[in-house]
Parts: sequence; structure tokens; C-alpha cells
Amino acid sequence: MSLDESRRLANIKNKLECRAKVIAGIRAFFNNQNFLEVDTPIRVPAIAPEQFITPYLSENWFLSTSPELQMKRLLAAGYKNIYQMAHCFRSGERGRHHNPEFSMLEWYRAGADYNQIIRDTEELVSYLSEMCGFGSQLKYQNKVIDLSLPWPRITVREAYTQWAGWDPIAHFDGLRFDDDMVDKIIPHFATDRPTIIMDYPQECAALARLKPGQKDVAERAETFIGGLEIANAYSELNDPDEQRKRFKDEISVMQKAGKACIWPDKFIEAIKTMPECGGIAVGVDRLVMLLCDAASIDEVIAFPSDLL
Amino acid sequence: MNIEEVTKNTKILIDNVPMSVETVEFVKPGKGRAIYKFRLRNLFSGNVLDITYHSGEKVEETSVTVHEMQYLFQEGDNYIFMDNDSFEQMPMTKTQVGNQGGFLKEGTPVIIMMWNDRPIDLQLPKIVELKVIETSASLKGATITAQMKEGKLETGMIVGVPSFVKDGDIIRVDTRTGNYIERVGK
Repeated sequence: MSLDESRRLANIKNKLECRAKVIAGIRAFFNNQNFLEVDTPIRVPAIAPEQFITPYLSENWFLSTSPELQMKRLLAAGYKNIYQMAHCFRSGERGRHHNPEFSMLEWYRAGADYNQIIRDTEELVSYLSEMCGFGSQLKYQNKVIDLSLPWPRITVREAYTQWAGWDPIAHFDGLRFDDDMVDKIIPHFATDRPTIIMDYPQECAALARLKPGQKDVAERAETFIGGLEIANAYSELNDPDEQRKRFKDEISVMQKAGKACIWPDKFIEAIKTMPECGGIAVGVDRLVMLLCDAASIDEVIAFPSDLL
Repeated sequence: MNIEEVTKNTKILIDNVPMSVETVEFVKPGKGRAIYKFRLRNLFSGNVLDITYHSGEKVEETSVTVHEMQYLFQEGDNYIFMDNDSFEQMPMTKTQVGNQGGFLKEGTPVIIMMWNDRPIDLQLPKIVELKVIETSASLKGATITAQMKEGKLETGMIVGVPSFVKDGDIIRVDTRTGNYIERVGK
């Protein structure tokens, strides 16, 4: 082992110990509520078509970009409350908050919607913060973040109207939406509180249910804490016709850009019997960053992709 | 090249001007497109430019090569350098070299970046040693402060030196600031 590597691994040892503690805490939190831990495959024949997520190929299959489709097939078969921590793979995603292989926590609750799932998230993070010795005052990168419940919520429409001067629900512009999210919206979030930004344009949520009575808004919510994007929640779409239509739209855009995709027919078939439910994907590495005061994802994973 | 492949120190061409990538920040909000924020340095002017790209976009890569050379002499409006490996002589214009010319004496080691067989950037050692040939004792009315006076170097450049520095002294000078560091000999 090179000296550099042994020094690097020695430096992050306390962070990796925190990581192990957080992962045990996540399991305890869900097991205490009688959630079933499931374990779906990492190598799969089809993934959800998403324009901006590039999978790795594994022979003619894919490395999973998210366990969502298989977990929803379990829900469709009658499994009610399930969770999983899975390694996921997304090609090209590398930065201070990204590694192409990362850990994702997903959980789903039958009969719930995204509001319930956001409350779960508030409780989970509070539980883990307590366990790590912070209580409701979490210290991250020299700032104190007040985790007292409930966390402030803002809709996408309110945030963009106020800080970017336009309404993406009325007139959607994908490029402008993403640029403004990074340059105008996230920098306005309070640094001393978490922020939940919710009710996205339906173009931004191919697997989320539309808000009853508001056909242009999807029930999707993102949680930001300390500048980190931590979690993405949905009221899950369980209308197979609507799901088919959304995937078709997405695939036609992808095909124009020359990206290959495989129609996930077993998933579409399954959601015919999927109950109403809410679900979420949490970046475990980022959650650990937050709880052990790490500025970069490289401090909470032993072997980032470019050091392998 | 694809934007995903650009890393720190990649050299790219924008409007036919070679730029060096100083920093790359990767951000990807939610399920949106990846955004790459680059800080670029113009290799002609040294100016810094911040620019944002999105996944799927492409940039033109350029091949900039780095050569160790040494300064030989001045000829008309050109400074002439010699490549330490090939012994080839390479001229750079006074405009390209700019104020850095004031630190060059015969034998000064430098690093020169070349693009399309054309020198585009000169890097000096951080510190050079030069002889003072004339101080403000002989330069008229040239006192800067009570402790500092002007000293003319063998290259013709004038720098501030402490009052104890005499003609013929060798001093060390910081090439980034032009500041006197210390006297090293006579």
C-alpha cells in the first residue's frame, strides 16, 4: 500500500466510523417501524428511461441506477412498507457531491403520499443527528443548522417567482430551470435550516403522481440541508397509462439524442396493481457528509472512483 | 471532446483562443442535466473567464505542449530562447513577454508553452538573482521611502531596494511581484 493511500485512509477513519454508525442507525430506524429490508439486484435488464441519467452497461444489461423499479414491483405484489440501501451507478457523475458509484437509501410506504414521506425524512434525520450527538442543532461546515420540526417548505412556483423572476409551472423551460436552480434558487435557501422545495413541473418527475386538480404539477419534493441535496420524494405514479405516456415522451427525447433505452415492460405491467404509495431516494453518502462534517464525498467513501 | 472528459489543466480552444482549464465544478440538481462550471485562463492574455457548460455539449481540445528552455539574448523586438532538449531557438515578441522581460538574463531557465508550433506562454522561475548596477545614490532624486530606494538591475529593470544595497550587489527578486527579497552577495 502506498504511503499516500495509507495516510488518506487514516485521515478519514473517524468519518468511515461515523458512516458505519449512520448505516446501523438507518436500519434501526426502519426496523423499529416494522419496515422490511429488501435486497434487489444491482445488475438489471432495464432501467427507467431518464434523459439525464447515463447508465453503465454490463454485457447487454445495466448496472442499476436506482432500485426504484424493482421495489415498486414488490409493492405491486402486496409488500407494504419496504426499505433498501443499495449501491447505484451513474456514469459521468463525479464532483464534490458525486461519485459514479454511490449508496442510495429508498423507502416506500403503501397508502402514503409525499407529505408523509417528507415527515419520515424529518424524523429519520433528527434521529440520526441525535444518535451522532448533535440533537436538533447540527453543526456542518462552521454553520449551525436548526433541525427542529417541521422544516420550512416552499413550492417550486413560489421559489422561482420570487428568486428567478419566472414561473416554470406556467411555461416550462428545462435548460433554464436547471441553470436557475443552481445559480438562483439553491443559493437563496436558508443556511441555518433545512429546506423542502416541492411541487415540481410535471416535466421534471416522470415517476411521480400529478397533484389532484393541478395537472401541470407533480407531487415531488426535494430536501436540501447545508447546501447538500439529500433526498427526492414522490407520491408515486400508479396509473399505467399515464406512466406509459410519460416514458414514451422521455424515450422520444432520448432517441433524438441518440441514447439507447429499453422499455421496462415488467415494471409497467406491475404498476397496474401497485397501491397508492409514497417513496423517496436519499443519498446516503451525502447524509453521512452532513453528519460527520465532510466537505467532499471523497471523505466518506474509502475508495472514490478515481483512486481505485 | 465531450464536456464530461474535460478535467483540470485540459487545454481547450474557444473562438480560436487556447484556454487552460483551471477549475471544474460539477453540479447536477435533482434529476436535471449535469452542469459544468469551468474557470478558464486565456493562454494569450492571462485573463480569467468563467463559463458554464451542460452535459451533451462539446468543446474543441487543443494540444498545448510544455518545453523547458533558457533565455539567450534579445534580437530586435524578440527575445530568443533555446529549447533544452532540441537546442532549437525560439523567438517570443516583446509584447508576448511583457514586463517579464525585465527578469531575463542570459541562462535564465524558463518554461514555454507551445501551441501549433507557436510559443504562447512564458513562465519564469518564482525567484531570480540579478545584479544591481546603479542605485539611487547615482539615480537622481529617486528615493521611494526612508528605507527604500530605487535600484537599476543588470537587465535594465528598476526595483525598490533597501538603502544598504550598493552598486554591484546581487539581490533576489520575486518575479510575480517584482519585489526585492534579500541580498545574496556582492
